[in-house]
Amino acid sequence: MKRRDFLQLTGMGIGGALLTVPLLGKAVDVNRLLELPMDVTEKKRLANIGLNAAKGNGASYADVRIGRYLNQYIFTREDKLQNAVNTESFGVGVRVLANGTWGFASTKDVSEKGIQKAAETAVAIAKANSKIQTEPVILAPVGSYGDVSWKTPLEKNAVAVPLKEKVDLLLSANAEAINNGANFVNSALFLINEQKYFASTEGSYIDQDIHRIWPNFNVTAIDSASGKYKTREALSSPMGMGFEYMDGRASSKKEGPGGTMHYYDHYDMIEDAGLAGKQAKEMLSADSIKAGKYDLVLDPNHLGLTIHESVGHATELDRVLGYEANYAGTSFATLDKWKSGDFKYGSDIVNIFADKTQKGSLGAVGYDDEGVKTKKWDIIKNGILVNYQAIRDQAHIIDEKESHGCCYSQSWNDVQFQRMSNISLTPGKEKYSPMDMIKDVEKGIYIVGRGSYSIDQQRYNFQFGGTLFFEIEKGKIKGPVNDVAYQSNTQEFWNSCTKICDESDYKTFGSFFDGKGQPSQISAVSHGSSTTRFDGVNVINTARNI
Amino acid sequence: MAILSKEEAKQILEKVMKLSTADSLEASLSGSSQGNIRYARNTVSTSGFNEDVSLGVTANFGKRSASSTINEFDDASLRKVVKRAEELAKLAPENPEFMEPLGPQEFKESKTFSQKTADITPEFRAEVANSSIGPAKAKDVTAAGFLEDGAGFYSIMNSKGLFAYNKYSNVDFTVTMRTNDGTGSGWVTRDFNDVSKFNAAEASKTALDKAIMSREAKAIEPGKYTVILEPAAGSDLLQNMLYNMGARQADEGRSFLAKQGGGTKLGEKLVDERVTIYSDPFNEIVPASTWSGDGIPQEKVSWIENGVVKNMFYSRYWADKQGVKCVPGPSNGIMIGGDATTEELIKSTDRGILITRLWYIRTVDPQTLLYTGLTRDGTFYIENGKIKHPIKNMRFNESPVIMLNNLEALGKQQRVDGNLIPVMKIRDFTFTSLSDAV
Repeated sequence: MKRRDFLQLTGMGIGGALLTVPLLGKAVDVNRLLELPMDVTEKKRLANIGLNAAKGNGASYADVRIGRYLNQYIFTREDKLQNAVNTESFGVGVRVLANGTWGFASTKDVSEKGIQKAAETAVAIAKANSKIQTEPVILAPVGSYGDVSWKTPLEKNAVAVPLKEKVDLLLSANAEAINNGANFVNSALFLINEQKYFASTEGSYIDQDIHRIWPNFNVTAIDSASGKYKTREALSSPMGMGFEYMDGRASSKKEGPGGTMHYYDHYDMIEDAGLAGKQAKEMLSADSIKAGKYDLVLDPNHLGLTIHESVGHATELDRVLGYEANYAGTSFATLDKWKSGDFKYGSDIVNIFADKTQKGSLGAVGYDDEGVKTKKWDIIKNGILVNYQAIRDQAHIIDEKESHGCCYSQSWNDVQFQRMSNISLTPGKEKYSPMDMIKDVEKGIYIVGRGSYSIDQQRYNFQFGGTLFFEIEKGKIKGPVNDVAYQSNTQEFWNSCTKICDESDYKTFGSFFDGKGQPSQISAVSHGSSTTRFDGVNVINTARNI
Repeated sequence: MAILSKEEAKQILEKVMKLSTADSLEASLSGSSQGNIRYARNTVSTSGFNEDVSLGVTANFGKRSASSTINEFDDASLRKVVKRAEELAKLAPENPEFMEPLGPQEFKESKTFSQKTADITPEFRAEVANSSIGPAKAKDVTAAGFLEDGAGFYSIMNSKGLFAYNKYSNVDFTVTMRTNDGTGSGWVTRDFNDVSKFNAAEASKTALDKAIMSREAKAIEPGKYTVILEPAAGSDLLQNMLYNMGARQADEGRSFLAKQGGGTKLGEKLVDERVTIYSDPFNEIVPASTWSGDGIPQEKVSWIENGVVKNMFYSRYWADKQGVKCVPGPSNGIMIGGDATTEELIKSTDRGILITRLWYIRTVDPQTLLYTGLTRDGTFYIENGKIKHPIKNMRFNESPVIMLNNLEALGKQQRVDGNLIPVMKIRDFTFTSLSDAV
């Protein structure tokens, strides 16, 4: 990544591997994260200067985003703190429509002069680009909300928790992993706070304070005699929550098949690290899977990534239309399939919805980055593709009267565009637990947690690994297995979905650094589901000798 | 202001050094100007330009250190950034892996900067887009592409007397051409330090020809095939292997270079003896910085020589702990090739597959460096020395280590992503399923 404003944190990654983490902004003193540089009245005054300057220069529409983006990232390994980084990025982005064409400019000079200049530049860019524009922009109507605000519901602001407390928690988790058989452990805590002010010529002035948290670790167990090693990642989820996510409260965890522990809205990092040490060691002597067809029982913390790749990205309207053709690709879920009204994306029990309002999710906001109030809508209903994810300038293409509210920019410095909403699978209606599901499977594999993932540029063919694999034989867990990956085709896979556990098993998986666009921007998104069964899926054995 | 000269950078950094009361101080000063243009659906979608200069300061007291960053350079700001780093360092926990900053080093000049690239204009970027869009429209094809160019400098100084400076420029281009009937897709990538070597029309034509050639692909059974990997197709797998050659991971027993019973594969034969991979910052085609981020001179380093593991790379801490010379990570990757062109390799193939690129490559097993991914944007079946017809894309599961043991022939090198990669003919490359994606 050669991008401006990204600090490279290389060499202190999870699992001892080189890892580059996108980190927006400049390094600052930790206390700076708790200060507020500007109050709402002042932001409104400055935003109006930008809106007026844009209109005065010939813009038919303008929005101003004054944003402050704060990150705190902490990295440890075994008994050592490797790094703690605090960053701040503050500035303003102005987007305008002139001659039916978008223009965007940004500046870190958040003053009358700075904003005015940015607005003028944005209009000049729009007018210049309009000469080669072949499809004038059509904006769907949006509400005029006046002065409103929204805040991530929090019990405890994680940024305000003393650094020492956070470091001690990571080091305690590391020690627990080592005490339970791990040879190495890397852990990390990622905290993000977006303080975003949005104003547009539609008459909305929106102040939002958004928080996200992600604890993670990677545990390694080594058998030097055989030269083998196994790793086990954390079974946490990134969340749109405060530090209360880390309290590991007993009411939020459940024991699952194969001696697994499942964390729902709160996470017990120390307990999970201990289990990880034990499980990584057990994996060293587990059997290698025999390739073939298996019924898969997929845990929510695994299935979330499959939903993300095979449904989330496939139903983004800009991909369908070809705007991402040179990078991530296009989509098999073309407009003609949607228009037919009978495209069978999945079996009858597959209901997939988008929801930007889901509490605790990574994508939850009150309003998106073009001032649209967020909502919930259906993507797949009773197995049929019924809708896409669209923003204001795309809604007319799919005959929608309003935007879905899924426009996002990673900072004030980047132009907002369509990003994935939270996309989730509706739980089954009848009472049914993961234990019940295992009992009903003759020959299968129970997969927990995320692993290797790869999918083609139109989202047909995919391959997924996982964190933990357990072989199921005649309704019982036989034991852990290694070297599992499943391959399928999106439509075939979702049509092989035969059973979904009930709401009591529903939880969210999250993607914290989802990349899209050129230059690439990151966003964070959650995917909820309950444990789900897919029949007769092709499983390959990934063991090799080198 | 974004690109400071060596003298200008030195003056600011010397001023910073004088402001410190810490046991030692390290500072880095960098700046860049970057521009881009993006197009899709045969029209320009976005364009941008950005400039920035930034100063980072790390203060050390004993084994305690902390950093602070700023992008203003008046005396008061410089004092502020040093003071902040020092205050934070005193509060930081001790780092048991702390290393004293390096003393003065000798660095040779790099060849990474071209003024022509630094002078790229918005008009030039628009012309590049037009050189894809015009020919695409004429052939009932849709172009989507991205051009990003930039120029800048990096410099570092520490209170032990080390100073290093490097100026660079780069231009990166990719374009995807898709036939309007939706059955064909072609792609090309080009990158240079010097934009005068870049021919947008030639690159666009390559992608356009591939799109038209790849229409109405036929399916073949997945399995093991002889493949000809164009340099862009082999590049990612080779880079993944190279960047996993860290000594610490191998010594700790969690790397593909860790050995049964302990120890590493250093000095052992790993792949076919025709495989030689090295780094060389002075290479004319793929020049790189002549110093690493922590101030160690970058020299020519052999990683794999005649199939044998010659070097692994070390952090300063790990080299010190192991009592060996510190070898910084690869400055670039250069794999020795042969004289054959891609056409000649095709001619010598009875039955095989020509691959333009591999896409969505992810690790399946880090122990064996097993990767999965798919072919994309131009995959062709070869029979009796000729391209017979385009084929549908397929998923592979393969390790670069196994791949380089199954080497059949090496052809001409090409620059890809700052590295120099030959076209490779490989036998028994493993495809595990078919994809309908175009």
